[in-house]
Amino acid sequence: MSPHPAAIALRYGAPFAVGVAVLVLWQALATAYDVPSYLVPSPMLVGHTLVADWPLLSRSLLFTLEITLLALAGAVVLGVALAFVFVQSRVIEASLFPYAVLLQVTPIVAIAPLIIIWVADARAALVLCATIVAIFPIVSSTTLGLRSVDPGLLDLFRLHRASRLQTLFRLRVPSALPYFFAGLRISAGLALIGAVVAEFVAGTGGTVSGLAYQILLSGLQLNVPRLFAALFLIALTGIVLSTLTAWAGRLALRRWHESEVGREA
Amino acid sequence: MDTLTEKDRGPVVEIAGAEKIFDNGLRALAPISLAVREGEFATIIGPSGCGKSTLLRLVAGLTAPSNGSVRLWPHGGGGPGSRRVAFVFQSATLMAWADVEANVRLPLDLEGRNGPQARSRVERVLSLVGLQDFRRSYPRQLSGGMQMRTSIARALVTEPSLLLMDEPFCALDEITRERLDRELADLWSRERLTILFVTHSIYEAAFLSTRVLVMSSRPGRIFGEVSINTPHPRGEDYRGSQEYADRCQRLSEMLSAATGVGASA
Repeated sequence: MSPHPAAIALRYGAPFAVGVAVLVLWQALATAYDVPSYLVPSPMLVGHTLVADWPLLSRSLLFTLEITLLALAGAVVLGVALAFVFVQSRVIEASLFPYAVLLQVTPIVAIAPLIIIWVADARAALVLCATIVAIFPIVSSTTLGLRSVDPGLLDLFRLHRASRLQTLFRLRVPSALPYFFAGLRISAGLALIGAVVAEFVAGTGGTVSGLAYQILLSGLQLNVPRLFAALFLIALTGIVLSTLTAWAGRLALRRWHESEVGREA
Repeated sequence: MDTLTEKDRGPVVEIAGAEKIFDNGLRALAPISLAVREGEFATIIGPSGCGKSTLLRLVAGLTAPSNGSVRLWPHGGGGPGSRRVAFVFQSATLMAWADVEANVRLPLDLEGRNGPQARSRVERVLSLVGLQDFRRSYPRQLSGGMQMRTSIARALVTEPSLLLMDEPFCALDEITRERLDRELADLWSRERLTILFVTHSIYEAAFLSTRVLVMSSRPGRIFGEVSINTPHPRGEDYRGSQEYADRCQRLSEMLSAATGVGASA
């Protein structure tokens, strides 16, 4: 069941057309009114800066990407592990879950300075901050998923004297996958936000050079074209991460889960 | 010790004064005594909420009686290797992430059996229910009737000697239901199964069973029973016979009497 060509055109063509129109209008206005580049640089100038400053910006991009991916990996590993612990015992879940919520509702900018003081290695401090931001959706959705098991299937497993491990891996884990991927997609975005926010807090120290640091520095130096270029790279990273995690979920679930069935092009 | 004739008539299920009171104080079953003999097709009918399913779950060992006892093969017989119980649930209760073959194979997998013997059993039950050509299909790709057949194949794959069925066809349309009823009756006589079947359809009960037990509700107890000694296979001519009509009439009267008793109690 492949989508109609008109549907594809609408899905990809329409947003693309809007983007091009906005850029053209922006360029036209910036040129016509001769807006100074330290206020609003034209798209052409941003593009030019992106190329000219690429050696600097690519290093920062790699750094931010590294923090984000490490944080996401940490959130997945720790989050899934916590979810497994939570479903093993209601007592543990009841004791620890409120603290997971506490961590979630406390703004990371408020915690970040402490973490940066406590953790000597700047990179580790940033990863830790971003992990804290990203972990909650994985924990809560995976826990929910591991619990959302068809009670009939649970009876069936009991009837056939399935071991705890068999029930976990043959029943709970597959049941939890759709929930996990929903959480992963949100966490991927949060990991990037966490990385950027942590860099903002830490970056003034001058020890790190992620994209957020470039934005901070460019702002101080009124190098607005570079600020825009860094902003563009952060947005692009977010889009790529969201697309990749959605694609991973689709790959894992397309054969059986309602949310992905019939969506393969 | 058992001769063949004794074995044929020996009880497979022996319920002695079993009572079920739930944690919330709800008395689901009044003390019930009941025996199901080997080779019987015993059906329990009763108004909804009368504890039919609870009774079946007691027999399956999925829940324990509050008082009294539920014993399977109380006097031996059947041979230890073949004292297997299988359960068919109200809904197909399939693993959405596994194809038909993997769903059917599940009970063998859980017992760690995956040799050539296990494979040939899977083949056998798949052809028994006519699903050989759908082994690679996922549950969502199947009709309700085919999902139920998959569920029945899964129950039969361990070659059970006692099959417990909890309103297995109640969610299906009338035509599919009548066809599956016929197939089940064939299966029962060919495979020499003992079946304890729960339904709320008197027509289904009168068509399938060798004995029908009528339950009254709250707390559930056995109100009466009707033996049906028309030999199997019972064809469509049986459905049209006066005999069948009389039994349905009798069951219907007994059921309304049972419901009346339940309401006034």
